[in-house]
Amino acid sequence: MIVQFICRAILLGVPLLYGSTGEIVTEKSGHLNLGIPGIMYVGAISGVIGSFLYENACGNSLDSMNGVLAVLIPLLCAVLGSTLMGLIYSFLTATLRANQNVTGLAITTFGIGLGNFFGGSLIKLTDSEMPSIALTKTSSFFSVKLPFADDLGAFGEIFLSHDFLTYLAIIIALVVAFVLNRTRVGLNLRAVGENPATADAAGINVIKYKYVATCLGSAIAGLGGLQYVMSYANGVWSNNAFGDRGWMAIALVIFALWKPSTAIVGSFIFGALCNANNYVQGLGAETQELFKMLPYVVTIIVLVITSMRKKREHQPPASLGLSYFREER
Amino acid sequence: MDNTKAVKHHHEPLVHIVKRDDMPSWKAWLIRIATIVISIFLMGCLSTMLTEKSLFETFEMMFRGVFGRIESGSTVMLWKYLQEIAILLCLALALTPAFKMKFWNCGAEGQALMGGLAAMMCMINLGQTLSYPVLLAVVIITSILAGAVWGLIPAIFKALFNTNETLFTLMMNYIATQIIAYYVYIVGGGSNIIQPVAEGNLPVIGNNRYLINIIIVAVICIFMYIYLKYSKHGYEISVVGESQNTARYIGINVKKVIIRTMVISGALCGVAGMLLVAGTDHSINTNTVGGQGFTAIMVSWLGQFNPFIMVLMTGVICFLRLGASKVADTCMLNASFADIVVGVVILCVVGCEFFIRYSVKFRHSKKEVKE
Repeated sequence: MIVQFICRAILLGVPLLYGSTGEIVTEKSGHLNLGIPGIMYVGAISGVIGSFLYENACGNSLDSMNGVLAVLIPLLCAVLGSTLMGLIYSFLTATLRANQNVTGLAITTFGIGLGNFFGGSLIKLTDSEMPSIALTKTSSFFSVKLPFADDLGAFGEIFLSHDFLTYLAIIIALVVAFVLNRTRVGLNLRAVGENPATADAAGINVIKYKYVATCLGSAIAGLGGLQYVMSYANGVWSNNAFGDRGWMAIALVIFALWKPSTAIVGSFIFGALCNANNYVQGLGAETQELFKMLPYVVTIIVLVITSMRKKREHQPPASLGLSYFREER
Repeated sequence: MDNTKAVKHHHEPLVHIVKRDDMPSWKAWLIRIATIVISIFLMGCLSTMLTEKSLFETFEMMFRGVFGRIESGSTVMLWKYLQEIAILLCLALALTPAFKMKFWNCGAEGQALMGGLAAMMCMINLGQTLSYPVLLAVVIITSILAGAVWGLIPAIFKALFNTNETLFTLMMNYIATQIIAYYVYIVGGGSNIIQPVAEGNLPVIGNNRYLINIIIVAVICIFMYIYLKYSKHGYEISVVGESQNTARYIGINVKKVIIRTMVISGALCGVAGMLLVAGTDHSINTNTVGGQGFTAIMVSWLGQFNPFIMVLMTGVICFLRLGASKVADTCMLNASFADIVVGVVILCVVGCEFFIRYSVKFRHSKKEVKE
């Protein structure tokens, strides 16, 4: 029971981890990307389209599919699609200096629209009776597990029984944490987010850093959408199924205090909170609905506490949400 | 900054961007309107590619979707269009004072839902006991209060601890959604549907169920214009928005202004929720506001905080939404086509602001680039 609960929490947490790692990278460059929910949708649908085409090209038979290709094609499509969305966002906010909140929300509208539009069109193409596309064959390649995990009991199930996208998420978060805190690139990026004018004076190419951080962040977030479809939903795409996980990923950024390594733990806590309603004994269905607000309440509490304590290392990047124009003071 | 520029003089970049504030407003508006027209035209081209209908047919379909008749029944679509404008405009108007103060209230969705919830609870629980005028007054007052409280909570923390309001108000949306889900579950008895309630609805004027909403929002629109432009409060809001230090220097109590403005913002969102519940649906679910709280953020920003420009902006956006869904409906496209169209047009308009605020200059030439 408890093992199952932990595994479920991890499975639910991973899309949030991808989303928030991406958002942390973006926010470190001073861009509050509220487009993440839309970008995650686009990442998911790009991956779905990629694997749909590949499954069709292989004649829908499991034997003729190459495992490596079946994984790589959706992965690359997801990265490509979400990077494109990130590019639109960074062009508008970094080059054209548009308002970041408005641009981000428009990207979200646009991205969710794109996802549902292509999803709905694919569903119509397949002529299936269910309002969903099942890519179970591709999903089976994604969910390949370590062969000896089952032999190790509870330990194996909690730590070793997950698909590779889960481990990839943790690795990416750790790498991002390392790069941000231990390398020159990370130092420069943080400088750009804290005070772009100073960074510019120090010879850092501010616009380049903003572009790369936003696009990279979007690509990472897009993988979260893919993980949701391929691992959590077993390759079944249905419109709006991804829900508001994108917003929760943004909430997780605050919860983790802009630290990717904290986000790993945070994402699993969020996953557990999202799922707690199914495991607490004796809850009515109506109380379950109230339980679902837990992640948001916890986020607000963290937000308030950090702003009350005013610890310098717990604050958002100082120029978050402001566009940078060199000739303005 | 000037020093670094002087040093770099011998390898000047190919293009550089200069801020300008001398563009006459008619020219700025020409650019905005041209952008809207061009982006709508582009979207028309996109839908012709998807549907294999001619461009003229596509736009004719969009117009029919907005101004035509619904096939079954006698309701003219135009009223539906005006109703959509009214709700979106009400939310955008509610956000405007907060935005003008640079308080990013992203919580219109939640504030409207709470207002709607308050109205719904009064209609269900007090519907049988109170007489109609009293009930109506109670419905209106409680929904305004509920919206105001939902806006007040983030404002207090912003004023006291400078808590990030964008994220706080965003989270409040989802808490409100879950409260609605809880309430709907209890009242609906697990069916997730509350049957429309007949008590405590707004009065129907002249046989048209949308007219009262439209009138109320029109009044709010004029009130908001006067409030922002001519009242002392409006002045204080714009000073706080421009610079909090200046505001403090000239003796404005910044905390008070933040809290007061957010109460007004939340209260108006509550009115929007009340219009939706008591004025339109007579019922509530988690999707009652349907993401319009987020669209309103964009409308308020695109409308330059001017209520009358916002009327135009909501007109354009609702036209696109209704028109594109008509196209999608007729040509068997997915309904999300409307979201794509609205998203692209807003992105274009947001992008075009750049050409109004800045000019691009090429190396060794003083000519401005044409927009």
